[in-house]
Amino acid sequence: MPDTLTKQVVEVGYGGNERLMMNMGPQHPSSHGVFRMILTLEGETVVAVDAVIGYLHRCHEKLGETLTYVQYPSIASKTDYVAAMTSELAYVSAVETIAKVEVPKRAQYLRVIAAELQRIASHCLWLGTWCLDMGGALGGGATVFLYCIREREMVLDRFEELTGARLLYGFHQVGGTRYDIPPGWDTKVRETVDFIERRIDEYEAMLERNTFFVVRTRGVGVISRELAQDVGVSGPLIRGSGVNYDVRRAEPYSSYGDFDFVVPVETAGDCYARYRVRMVEFRQSIRIVRQALDGLPEGPISSRPGVKSVGQVRVPKGEGYARVEGARGEVGCYIVSDGGPKPYRMKWRGASFSNLAVLPHIVPGHKVADVVAIMGSVDPVFGEVDR
Amino acid sequence: MSTTAADASARIRETFGVEAAVDGAMVTVVVPRELWTELAHFTNRVLGCRYFNWLSAIDWKEHGLEVVCRLENLDAGLVLTMRTRLGPGETRCPSLAGLCRGADWMERECYDMFGVRFEGHPDLRRILLSEDWEGYPLRKDYAVDTPFAPYR
Amino acid sequence: MEVKPPTPQIPAPVWTEFKDLQEWEKYHQERAPDDKTSDTLAAIADAIHHMPGGWIVTTTTEKIFNWARKSSIWPVTFGLACCAIEMMATFASRFDVERFGMVPWASPRHSDLMIVSGTVTIKMAPMLKRIYDQMPDPKWVVSMGSCANSGGPFRHGYHVVKGVDRVVPVDVYVPGCPPTPDSLMYGLLKLQEQVGEFQKTGKRPTASDPK
Repeated sequence: MPDTLTKQVVEVGYGGNERLMMNMGPQHPSSHGVFRMILTLEGETVVAVDAVIGYLHRCHEKLGETLTYVQYPSIASKTDYVAAMTSELAYVSAVETIAKVEVPKRAQYLRVIAAELQRIASHCLWLGTWCLDMGGALGGGATVFLYCIREREMVLDRFEELTGARLLYGFHQVGGTRYDIPPGWDTKVRETVDFIERRIDEYEAMLERNTFFVVRTRGVGVISRELAQDVGVSGPLIRGSGVNYDVRRAEPYSSYGDFDFVVPVETAGDCYARYRVRMVEFRQSIRIVRQALDGLPEGPISSRPGVKSVGQVRVPKGEGYARVEGARGEVGCYIVSDGGPKPYRMKWRGASFSNLAVLPHIVPGHKVADVVAIMGSVDPVFGEVDR
Repeated sequence: MSTTAADASARIRETFGVEAAVDGAMVTVVVPRELWTELAHFTNRVLGCRYFNWLSAIDWKEHGLEVVCRLENLDAGLVLTMRTRLGPGETRCPSLAGLCRGADWMERECYDMFGVRFEGHPDLRRILLSEDWEGYPLRKDYAVDTPFAPYR
Repeated sequence: MEVKPPTPQIPAPVWTEFKDLQEWEKYHQERAPDDKTSDTLAAIADAIHHMPGGWIVTTTTEKIFNWARKSSIWPVTFGLACCAIEMMATFASRFDVERFGMVPWASPRHSDLMIVSGTVTIKMAPMLKRIYDQMPDPKWVVSMGSCANSGGPFRHGYHVVKGVDRVVPVDVYVPGCPPTPDSLMYGLLKLQEQVGEFQKTGKRPTASDPK
């Protein structure tokens, strides 16, 4: 493949003029999904990377034009399938913005609880799979993976009690939420959250005192402040590079202004900084869940109760963009409506799409093993990238 | 630099002569295609909108395509949405890839889905679909269940 | 560019005329041209089987081989989409599959089973076929989730393959969106039963056999 197709070529000065183009194919134990990287290698150092995506392009935007506002939220959860609550929330918020639908306070608090619990579950999976990639599937990586999945299963049990599903929920609808909390659920959530908080201490102790982990993540995959803003990354990637940008603070949605939490920002910009940001986010999510449960108001869970017909939500002509802080960054949905029951145009702003776009700029100069560490710390979910 | 939405709207009006609608912290500007790159440079340098959020297009059937771009100034909390109508049958649009590295993949996706040719883009090829795909799916005359033997 | 689909002439479905199932049955009754099973050994096994008293030897050997095959099916980690997360949960400690002998293995050259978990897109289908071809015989395919079974909620998309059985032959279909780890484990245990009946001398199992 000619060099004009690659983004940035770093002259390593290896001496040898043999460059190897290696394919880290769509099926790879650590590619986090279907993602293909064509690496140009000089020895063990990556000199250029061409990222090929689209292996999971499921026509979300076109299907969104054929499905009504009532039918689509279940499909919306399949964009960021690891953090399905936030994906649905982005779509439903966009519709509510255009239609100027009032969401009752209880529904807003329920949405916050669901979103933050989902963030905890998603970060559990992130930590597990990242360490699995770095440590090897048969060795130390599987340790952290199994521990994190154990915690994640507890949160998924809470979701199963709430909505009936473990992974893809269909919890949000236009105007509120679809399910209310069952009796005894908030006690169980408090117990789960207390338990997880103690376990986070364990993970931090396990990883941060491990020399291999620290050496593999410090100074690796540095995203500078300018690059982060230029490319449009969001979430832990941009907060790990020193920019204090969190959608929950920039444009508070769903009563996030009522809660007291800290947005972690690190300045180093490397994998270790992003790891620290996510570990602090764990604790802050737990804090928000506790506050939301304490302050959960009584009231209806939706301003449009019940789904009677598929075309019942009609949105006036207009357009709107709503964004939420997903586990990976800013997930946004831009809807153009022409007055019918279906959108005229729907665009997903996937957090992982912009996050992945930074890869061709930060990977060159690193070794192949560092590519694995960087991929894990970028934490892409390909439902969001390819939509 | 503290730039409010009203301030930004006034500066755009006096520099380019186009009206900029203000809605809270969001400024929406509709420009003709010729002013697209200039406005982007102005927004980046003068208004400090260095955060490239997204770029996409809308197919307005007989009115042609419209390219929409959203830029933000994270420190001031200013959001700027730039829109340009390409006109019926027209698919060329100047590229912002030289200005913002985030425009790279976003414009490739726009080309892939709508067929908008971004002039000045270093590497305009399909990103989500395979290189030999025919047709631009998100256009209104493309059916969602177009067959593709033998897979569907 | 005006691209309109032709109006599909869909005949009324009669189950036994469903082309994919017929192909599947034929696959299990006839040998494919690149099948690596040795005809000589199969002929010898058949001859021993039909000798008086020889059936004791062949059925015992078959039982031992099939027990060995079904007790250590190694799946290749082929996670495509959301179902991959539930597949990973199945491989983890709560719904452990390693107690059944299934060690998830990244390399297709060393695995027996491909669990297609997630939507197969037109761009990914040739890669899937290539991974399937790289697996040595005998190999099995489990189609996990509604996207792999039939295209799922994305069936009408232009880039989605309507079911992985248009690309590779499938042995077990596990429905769900995504199937819970319990469902997937049920499907894997059903596959183990199927593998227990593998290549019985003198009789080949098909889907229409009553169990």
